[in-house]
Amino acid sequence: MKDFLNSWGISLMVFLPLVGALAMLVVPKANEQFHKVVALAASLVVGFIGILLMTNFDYDASGRLQFVVDMAWIPIINSRYIVGIDGISLPMIALTLLIVPLCIIYSWNRFPEPKNPKAFLILILILETGMLGSFVAQDLILFFVFFEVVLLPMYFMIGVWGGEKRQYASLKFFLYTLFGSALMIVAFLALYFLSDKVSIDGQMMHSFDVRLLPELARGISTGAALWIFGGMFIGFGIKVPMFPFHTWLPDAHTQAPTVGSVILAAVLLKLGTYGFIRIAIPILPGAAEKWAPFIGLLAVIGIIYGALCCLAQTDMKRLIAFSSVSHMGFVMLGIATLTTFGFQAAIFGMVAHGLITGMLFFVAGSTKDRYHTLDISRLGGMLKSMPHMGWILGFAVMASLGLPGLAGFWGEFPAILAAYEPGVGLNVAFFRVLMVIAAIGTVLSAAYLLWMYQRVGFGVPSKEFEEDPHLHDVTFSEWLAWTPILILIVVLGFVPNIIFKVTDGAVSQTIAIVNGLGG
Amino acid sequence: MLAQLLTFAWTAPSLDYHALAPEIIVAATIVVLILVDVFTGERSRWASSSIAGIGLLLALIPIATLAYDGVDRVMFGGGFVVDNYALVLQALFVVAGYVVILLSTNYIAEGDYHEGEYYTLLLSSVLGMMVMASARDLISIFIALELVSIPAYMLAAWRKRDQNSNEAGLKYYLMGVFASAILLYGMSLIFGITGSTLLVDIGADLGSYVSSQPIITLGIAFVLIGFAFKVSAVPFHQWAPDTYEGAPTPVTSFLAVASKAAGFVAILNVLFIGFYGRHDVWEPLMWALAALSMTVGNLIALRQTNVVRMLAYSGIAQAGYILAPLAVAGATLDTGSEALRSIVVYLLIYAAMNLGAFAVVLAVARKTRSGEIKSFGGLFSYAPTLTVCMTIFLFSLAGIPPAAGWFAKLSIFSSLASAGTASGYVLAVIVGLNSVIAFGYYGRLIRVMWMDEAPDGDRTPIKVPASLSFALIITVAVTLVWGVFPGALTHFTDHITLFSLLR
Repeated sequence: MKDFLNSWGISLMVFLPLVGALAMLVVPKANEQFHKVVALAASLVVGFIGILLMTNFDYDASGRLQFVVDMAWIPIINSRYIVGIDGISLPMIALTLLIVPLCIIYSWNRFPEPKNPKAFLILILILETGMLGSFVAQDLILFFVFFEVVLLPMYFMIGVWGGEKRQYASLKFFLYTLFGSALMIVAFLALYFLSDKVSIDGQMMHSFDVRLLPELARGISTGAALWIFGGMFIGFGIKVPMFPFHTWLPDAHTQAPTVGSVILAAVLLKLGTYGFIRIAIPILPGAAEKWAPFIGLLAVIGIIYGALCCLAQTDMKRLIAFSSVSHMGFVMLGIATLTTFGFQAAIFGMVAHGLITGMLFFVAGSTKDRYHTLDISRLGGMLKSMPHMGWILGFAVMASLGLPGLAGFWGEFPAILAAYEPGVGLNVAFFRVLMVIAAIGTVLSAAYLLWMYQRVGFGVPSKEFEEDPHLHDVTFSEWLAWTPILILIVVLGFVPNIIFKVTDGAVSQTIAIVNGLGG
Repeated sequence: MLAQLLTFAWTAPSLDYHALAPEIIVAATIVVLILVDVFTGERSRWASSSIAGIGLLLALIPIATLAYDGVDRVMFGGGFVVDNYALVLQALFVVAGYVVILLSTNYIAEGDYHEGEYYTLLLSSVLGMMVMASARDLISIFIALELVSIPAYMLAAWRKRDQNSNEAGLKYYLMGVFASAILLYGMSLIFGITGSTLLVDIGADLGSYVSSQPIITLGIAFVLIGFAFKVSAVPFHQWAPDTYEGAPTPVTSFLAVASKAAGFVAILNVLFIGFYGRHDVWEPLMWALAALSMTVGNLIALRQTNVVRMLAYSGIAQAGYILAPLAVAGATLDTGSEALRSIVVYLLIYAAMNLGAFAVVLAVARKTRSGEIKSFGGLFSYAPTLTVCMTIFLFSLAGIPPAAGWFAKLSIFSSLASAGTASGYVLAVIVGLNSVIAFGYYGRLIRVMWMDEAPDGDRTPIKVPASLSFALIITVAVTLVWGVFPGALTHFTDHITLFSLLR
């Protein structure tokens, strides 16, 4: 079993969704039930493989890459098929494995116009392959390919199944990300050619191997390293999204179908932050140190700016989208401190934000289904008309504003704390200022979230919705899709060590690399 | 006495029939085509396309055996070389020619055009391309180029009673002849300085004539500009959109893919063997041509409403990408071979994805009788397979994985970065920005197909004829396989080189 997992586990997990998609491709679309069952089954089997991998994962050595497969792929440029899991990628993979089946369950009987469950589910499965692949890839080119593969299904999901301005939103999303990845790939290639060569099968060649590059890239001059880091910064920063590259996000979120928003918020944004932690910072620690104050500053601007924008929103979904900008700011602040603590907070924040914001988007989607509007001023009295849904929204709001005891707290609070004592070589006073501003951000986030909840949840339903028969409470498929998330939010809130334990080894090792080579 | 004179005047060159077999087979097929056309009635004209297709497939056999043999074969005093480079490109031309025949079959038969003549001319042009791949002498390059072009002039005007087609042919002809004249003038200057038409000799000589710098510059520039017309690089691109739009669509695909590739092959031949030592002259020229072509091509493509015109401008932009590695190719022999390989990789992938895109355009036009982008509206609702195929090709053209185009673009980036110079990196960033602009129009077509409604509400499915389906299967398969396993492609291009004769 262990041997099998070691050599095939990851590849099976990554490519099985594609097999499911291929099976669906040959069956006519009229057979809807078949497509739903196959898609769900594929995502559940993938999840099962993931659980097997996680149970066989050696948690005492989470800093070590496990289940590694290393095979030749494009020999001419020495790009290899290298996949593996360590303590940093494990939580991300777990998040992906959880969210995808829940999204399929949620959509079961409510595919957005123009329906066509076959195409919709195929896209979700392709998306799963892309996301999982990005989190396991340990070769820059392989990572790049998966990173881009994620774009395509999301583009169609927004563009075909989205809201009124879907075409604009999907194109904007695509062009922004494409711009980032174009600069990213140039940065990767510059890194490739400027780093030292390594012996492959007796031949000295440059390498894209993420495991080796921190060592190989040592010789790159500071000036070049700053440029290369800049390329990656734009590539990953757009995905996060960091202020000022965030403008695609509100449009994409507002127009995307519910499931699209959930996946976008829960997993896709994490690709950016993950890229910083996995690739940009460990490989170019010297440049990272120079860039860190700048990143920290943009992160904090993002926190405040996102929060202020939230206060100005009238649309519930758009408000949640801007809250994403704000929350991802905390994650980036944690990363910018270049400390073990900050990284841990960032990874926890990524998972927590994935669960909580995903949950908020689910509720927003269900609200839209019932009220056919998300205009906050027209909503109201949800606790009266749909008590369960109202309570769930309240719960998610509390989690999102960082209430201790729920998952959101462990993402924000340690990130702020980490800024008190930034990593070696960073300006302490500057980061403490950032810390204070970020702390103000938490107050703002409490303000906009509670304000939104007051207007949506409390009060009495407005005239137009008083007798509306569409306002029924949480359905069975919704319960099925939401319960795991709700439970996890509580469990992670009480026992944050579940994640901290996993990430600890890997993060310490990354930071050791940063400190060891950064000077 | 006469015998003596003959031996003095002309010694028969020793012919390596194995090395010439691909060309001989295609030439023989041309003869057969003409004879069949002469001696059979109207009724059996359909045979022409089959004969032409079979002839091209047969030509692949000696190409394969030669590649398996792996020996470089040099003939005609070094003017004709069959090596890995030539074989890869010959295979490209033959397969591209075959796909074009598949695309043409129904179009030409249904339009009641002159089938026998059509395939004869098409094969003649392919023959010219095959010779081009092996030509290492200014004269043979010129002859190959004319053999490629002259049949193409006629093919462009094939729809005799259509004004646009006539305009296409005439424009193409006039510009082509103008370009040939410039090219010949440049060649004469080069010949005047070096005293040889053999590229190897030119290569050996050119570096040492520092004093006659202006003449060398002029010669090199004229030769390259002559070819720049052929590959429709900006600012020598004006003929392309009109010609592409007016010509019959299968011919357009032929011009956009095969004929353009032949132009690039000519550039590679003269640049890497003849002019390599004078990279100070051609590198800036290539930099400018590349940057201009991709930027202007993409920006104008954004405004097109006709699919074929859009693909024409996209082709101009793609020509810019293909030229880009040449802007840094002279730095070292390593970057040189990197550039050479990346261009060949790009040409191969470009052929697959672009032919595929044209195949879809042809298939859709069978129903809509239109080339307007609007006419693609709602395609997904009544022809999902065609839509998915087109989407794959467009993503490939835009350079997004997993369709093969990403690897082509990666190769370009990689060779630009390998030079390690500021100009290389700047050009790489320009390529990157252009990829984003380009998605503006590729994405728009995708959007129209997937997200818009059918313009007249007509949702009758499209009947795709067998030959067109086959062409689609080939191109989709190649585009995806090369995209997922680029190793399957680099396996062929790994060992190509043009420097072997330089030493």
